[in-house]
Amino acid sequence: MDIDRQQLATDFLNMLPADCVIYRQEELIPFECDGLSAYRKVPLIVLLPYTADQVALILKYCHQNQLPVVARGAGTGLSGGALPHEQGVLLSLARLNKIINVDTDNRLACVQPGVRNLAVSEAAKPYGLYYAPDPSSQIACSIGGNVAENAGGVHCLKYGLTLHNVVQVTLITIDGERLTIGSTGLDGPGLDLLTLITGSEGMLGVVVEVVVKLLPIPERQQVALAAFDDVETAGKAVAEIIAKGILPAGLEMMDNLSLRAAEDFVHADYPTGAAAILLCEVDGSEDEVSEEIMRVRQILLNAGASEVRTAKDETERMKFWAGRKNAFPAVGRLAPDYYCMDGTIPRNQLGKVLTMIGEMSDKYGLPCANVFHAGDGNLHPLILYDANHEGELEKAEQFGGEILELCVAVGGTITGEHGVGIEKINQMCAQFPAPELETFHAVKAVFDPHNLLNPGKAIPTLARCAEFGAMHVHAGKLRFPELERF
Amino acid sequence: MSDDQDQSTQLQASVKDAIAEGRSLRLRGHGSKDFFGRELGQQQLLDLSGNRGIVNYEPTELVITARGGTPLDEIEAALESNQQMLPFEPPHFDGKGTIGGAIATGLSGPRRPWGGSPRDLLLGIKMLDGQGRIMDFGGRVMKNVAGYDISRLMAGAMGTLGILLEVSIKVLPKPVEEHTLLFDWDPASAASLVGKMIADSQPLTATYCLAEKQAIRLACSHQRLPGICQRYGLADASEADGFWQQLRDHKLDFFQHPKPLWRLSLKPTSQLELPEPCLQEWSGGLRWLNSECPAAEIRNLVEAQGGHAILFRNGDRSGDVFHPLHPRIAGIQQGLKAVFDPQGLFNPGRHYPYY
Repeated sequence: MDIDRQQLATDFLNMLPADCVIYRQEELIPFECDGLSAYRKVPLIVLLPYTADQVALILKYCHQNQLPVVARGAGTGLSGGALPHEQGVLLSLARLNKIINVDTDNRLACVQPGVRNLAVSEAAKPYGLYYAPDPSSQIACSIGGNVAENAGGVHCLKYGLTLHNVVQVTLITIDGERLTIGSTGLDGPGLDLLTLITGSEGMLGVVVEVVVKLLPIPERQQVALAAFDDVETAGKAVAEIIAKGILPAGLEMMDNLSLRAAEDFVHADYPTGAAAILLCEVDGSEDEVSEEIMRVRQILLNAGASEVRTAKDETERMKFWAGRKNAFPAVGRLAPDYYCMDGTIPRNQLGKVLTMIGEMSDKYGLPCANVFHAGDGNLHPLILYDANHEGELEKAEQFGGEILELCVAVGGTITGEHGVGIEKINQMCAQFPAPELETFHAVKAVFDPHNLLNPGKAIPTLARCAEFGAMHVHAGKLRFPELERF
Repeated sequence: MSDDQDQSTQLQASVKDAIAEGRSLRLRGHGSKDFFGRELGQQQLLDLSGNRGIVNYEPTELVITARGGTPLDEIEAALESNQQMLPFEPPHFDGKGTIGGAIATGLSGPRRPWGGSPRDLLLGIKMLDGQGRIMDFGGRVMKNVAGYDISRLMAGAMGTLGILLEVSIKVLPKPVEEHTLLFDWDPASAASLVGKMIADSQPLTATYCLAEKQAIRLACSHQRLPGICQRYGLADASEADGFWQQLRDHKLDFFQHPKPLWRLSLKPTSQLELPEPCLQEWSGGLRWLNSECPAAEIRNLVEAQGGHAILFRNGDRSGDVFHPLHPRIAGIQQGLKAVFDPQGLFNPGRHYPYY
């Protein structure tokens, strides 16, 4: 079906201020991809509303005219969740960017979806509060996008994911009705629909307001940096810390390739000879932190660290973290392109998984740097490649796909915090059998019966899995044998 | 344990029989929360307590996987031997309860604001749906955003969407020491004290307030306790053996009342003009009320503050026990019920009258 772009523009211009409607080809190009630039599509039209009421009008129109809608926040997503639909509307929430209020007594902030993650913490800071989830894109990424992807960060083990830090959202349904989901108390009535909305990648409704939980800024934070001669020992040290009853605010691992890249990039004073480093942060009251960091130091040394440093002051602490937080761009300097994966594994599988990734790296002839949210088992292998070399992108994608299937095989998942989007849609077939996938589709249909909200993302069709399964035959068994193949 | 048994196949057969015969089922673990929710009709009882046993527990992964019928006591004992705990401190009414029941009712104890709720801590499930299908959602890892979060939807669903065959739950290290302080302050001063302690990142893990009687629990070493007491003008440690457990399990006198018991969930600082005194937990976020007041009156008061009210015990169990929902949200819930249990097999009407 071809939809007349000009007619659409005219209709939306009648409904919205002129600067909300973008429809000229050259102006549409900047919206053709999100943070996963390997996938690009030019949308039919881009809409940039200012208000929730305008969002409702847009959705109502799309519903009436059976027009696909892809919602977009800051466009920093790494799985192509906001990849436009060529026959649909790209709905940017960037202009809904106000912090509506900060309720200091109940430690809540009500914000619009276009507000940047870090801006919430900045607004809360004068009151001694902050917003805990801190994805590495936090300077740029928006809260709406965080809700859509259930974003994480480096503090999830202790403070949880977006899901644990959002208490209420205002959702606009595909037919334009405004609903409040969740509660400003500690639980809400009825089924917990907020668990479905969070991480639903814009496929159930469009979020126009978010109430987030704020936490008191800890009196003190302190970090220990430990160097290890082999990765396996570093993995065991992580288990030791947990076994000793410590719940670190952050617990991060970098392998040699990524720590050297970070060192070259930000000069964090990392021990470049180490096979791996661990960063272990503790927070709390002054006394508590002093006690705990000494225990952490001892545990790390006993677990075989070749060196343990604790930050001597706040500047050094920030420097230790700067290396980790800049790991992606740092690794990005090692090759023209890199492909960031996001699998989660049970922590005790780390040694095995890294060894197998090493073998795959040899097989594909592509280097791979590993950055690991060690506290919660979330692994980010960064595959280095050069898209200008014929076939390397495909090789990198195959390598990545194999890593994700390995994550599933060891009891983990294909995505810890980046979402499925379009990128990992085939690997969903490796993680979920047909009844689960059918259930996902049925859940979507409850909210969006005509499949207009971000169609084709996150949940593969069974037909797609049949096709994909034909390429990935596991243990000689074809997946979905009940489906016809042509 | 020798009682450990995977009964998924038997339960699946029972569900398929029920489908074939058009019967509905009342799901029950230990039955310790039979009083909770709307009253059921003459459903056939499906006993889930035989499907029990810890399937996997590696303390350093901070995850435990157990079959739905596993007694809470058994899980807590396994965790205790590794100095870990279920962070949501689930109630054991009548000293009983299964992990499946704890998740299905979604109830938490005094530690909830600091430790999280069942939905916060649930990582994955194996479930049996109303078509007799066994499905896995979520996983055994902390972070997982593949597909919609179906597992967490089951927390607090009162067993209306399916049978929890197996649950994986995040666990946490148990504080090495916890201390209780009891004091007599007026509620307003106590609330502001608690607010201040939270702002100062003090290690609170429970609060209690009933009229002038106050209690807080702190997870800190006995060496640090005098310093904290001094800083906030509190008398040093009081012994309160078993107090929090009695509160958690509703053994305190307050809960032995014949009047309807209401559970009010609100923003902690909400001001309510209520006819009877409230028992408060969760720094004010959870309030208990024994009252004969008409339901609509209580609900209007609570709703005006953005909260919701559940008729927890006693009273009319055939009406709206749970807080009535916006019609569109009720419609979505009915839609979800139809996805998981199209024939209305499981606990019909226990959550809301319409599913």
